[in-house]
Amino acid sequence: MKIIVCIKQVPDTKGGVKFNPDGTLDRGAMLAIMNPDDKAGLEAALRIKDTHPGTEVTVLTMGLPKATDVLREAIAMGADKGVLITDRVLGGADTWATSTTIAGAIRNLEYDLIITGRQAIDGDTAQVGPQIAEHLGLPVISYAQDIQIDEANKTVTVQRQYDDRYHVLEAQMPCLITALSELNEPRYMSVGGIFDAFQAEITTWGRADLKDVDDANIGLAGSPTKIAKASDKVRKGAGEKVAPDSPEEAVSYIVGKLTEKHVI
Amino acid sequence: MNLEEYKGVFIYAQQVDNEISGIAYELLGKAKELAQPLNTEVTAVLLGSNVKNLADSLAEYGADKVIVVDDPELEVYRTEPYAHALASVINEYKPEIMLVGATAIGRDLGPTVSARVATGLTADCTVLEIGDFPLVPIPGKEAEQKHNQLLMTRPAFGGNTIATIACPNNRPQMATVRPGVMQKIDPIKGAKAEVIEYNPGFTKNNRYVTVKEVVKAVSDVADIMDAKILVSGGRGVGSPENFKMLEELAEVLGGTVSCSRAVVDAGWKPKDLQVGQTGKTVRPQVYFAIGISGAIQHVAGMEESDIIVAINKDEDAPIFDVADYGVVGDLNKIVPQLTASIKAALAAK
Repeated sequence: MKIIVCIKQVPDTKGGVKFNPDGTLDRGAMLAIMNPDDKAGLEAALRIKDTHPGTEVTVLTMGLPKATDVLREAIAMGADKGVLITDRVLGGADTWATSTTIAGAIRNLEYDLIITGRQAIDGDTAQVGPQIAEHLGLPVISYAQDIQIDEANKTVTVQRQYDDRYHVLEAQMPCLITALSELNEPRYMSVGGIFDAFQAEITTWGRADLKDVDDANIGLAGSPTKIAKASDKVRKGAGEKVAPDSPEEAVSYIVGKLTEKHVI
Repeated sequence: MNLEEYKGVFIYAQQVDNEISGIAYELLGKAKELAQPLNTEVTAVLLGSNVKNLADSLAEYGADKVIVVDDPELEVYRTEPYAHALASVINEYKPEIMLVGATAIGRDLGPTVSARVATGLTADCTVLEIGDFPLVPIPGKEAEQKHNQLLMTRPAFGGNTIATIACPNNRPQMATVRPGVMQKIDPIKGAKAEVIEYNPGFTKNNRYVTVKEVVKAVSDVADIMDAKILVSGGRGVGSPENFKMLEELAEVLGGTVSCSRAVVDAGWKPKDLQVGQTGKTVRPQVYFAIGISGAIQHVAGMEESDIIVAINKDEDAPIFDVADYGVVGDLNKIVPQLTASIKAALAAK
């Protein structure tokens, strides 16, 4: 079977976010990584490939040319092919324009299953996956915490997470699933894989390669949502920090503060 | 698209197991505020099976009208019949604003519906107001500034950046709204709304999935979003057994235990106790962060707490950047003594 995994290159926030002295975000100081939910989605696809011989995994990303780094990382983990969608006219896209663009690229590919991450750690919208499904007319299952494939019957069975429960859902393929990081522990790149990754041909597509996409629906101009104002949030300053010599001292410090604030 | 045709503030009145979710009332509270400068009405859209009787409670929380789509297909939430129902309501009744809760349901329904009706959607909003777009008119293009627009403010980057977004050329203006942020009104007992029944008809297609099983987490704990005092534990607590210490502290303070994502991932605590970006947003009077490093995704869910007390053995833990009172030390020693000490202080009163 053929699986497409949509991945995004995002700034890393794991080692803590770096701030400029004025309290704004220091983006340059953060590394670019593969978005964690997307990586779980990729791992899910690779596990299907491990157990279903003949499976082909294509990773697809939209971004600046340097986003090929995450495609190569995905190939080093075991993906077969990489597709980069990059074009100046696609820049500044909101989730509508992004999903329209990615759907336009996917129309050129064969697939039984599309996996995206639930959300990216920069935008946190969780919109692009379901919107790609909408543009392609596919069933969508969001927030997947477990995925089982029945290749013979062309169905997937997915545990879909909610706050206080999960639903076991069955969908016909082709369909789109959005993956939670909880789904699995992604594998590391293999040595052979890293070698393959640097040999691998990355397909690069621009605006002209998108199928059935109207100019009115791409890039900044084709985005229904417009930014009125954006700012880095200046964080509330840290309060007090003490390093008491004994637990007793720590306790009397906390009890003192709680009393002062009339909590107790 | 004739924007003038679109009128009214609509909210999606989420129900689960035929019980209205708290977010629906929160959205009604906000919708009432937004409707005032627009001089328009608030409409709740209620989708489900045998849900008509829920309309009255929506009226009590501020709905002027309730549009009900009642159909057996809508018994359990599934993307397709729900998206079809909500998109059909939007196409039929043309609201200028459509608000949906940023819940595990709304964050699936919202994007699907917004793409279907070809409008923008702003995710996880924390502030909504009516204003002008652009905020300041462009010199020489004053006439192009649009008034009475929905301005949607949302955090991104785990709460480290904040953006205000408008949707000037498409309708409805759609937003998902983070639960626990908007205020519900005091219910008006006996209030009635005009109830409109509407059914767009449901035809099965490839997009319908089958619900094989519904597995509910067994939980008899209080909702952490309602707690005045939260004693929250992270990976640093060390084991599920060690949470007993936190439970005892919570008990003497009349509080509730919550946790970080790492604790849920490790299977120590259920998902509904999770604070943070992918869990719940809480704003208690006191938040104890115990053995929680303070990843930005966690901080995003608790930084609005009135008082934050952090206990962590790592003096460089980012949690100390948001804590009002940070204590560097061993939680295993501090927490039990703290519980005993508070118990003694309360007994002495």
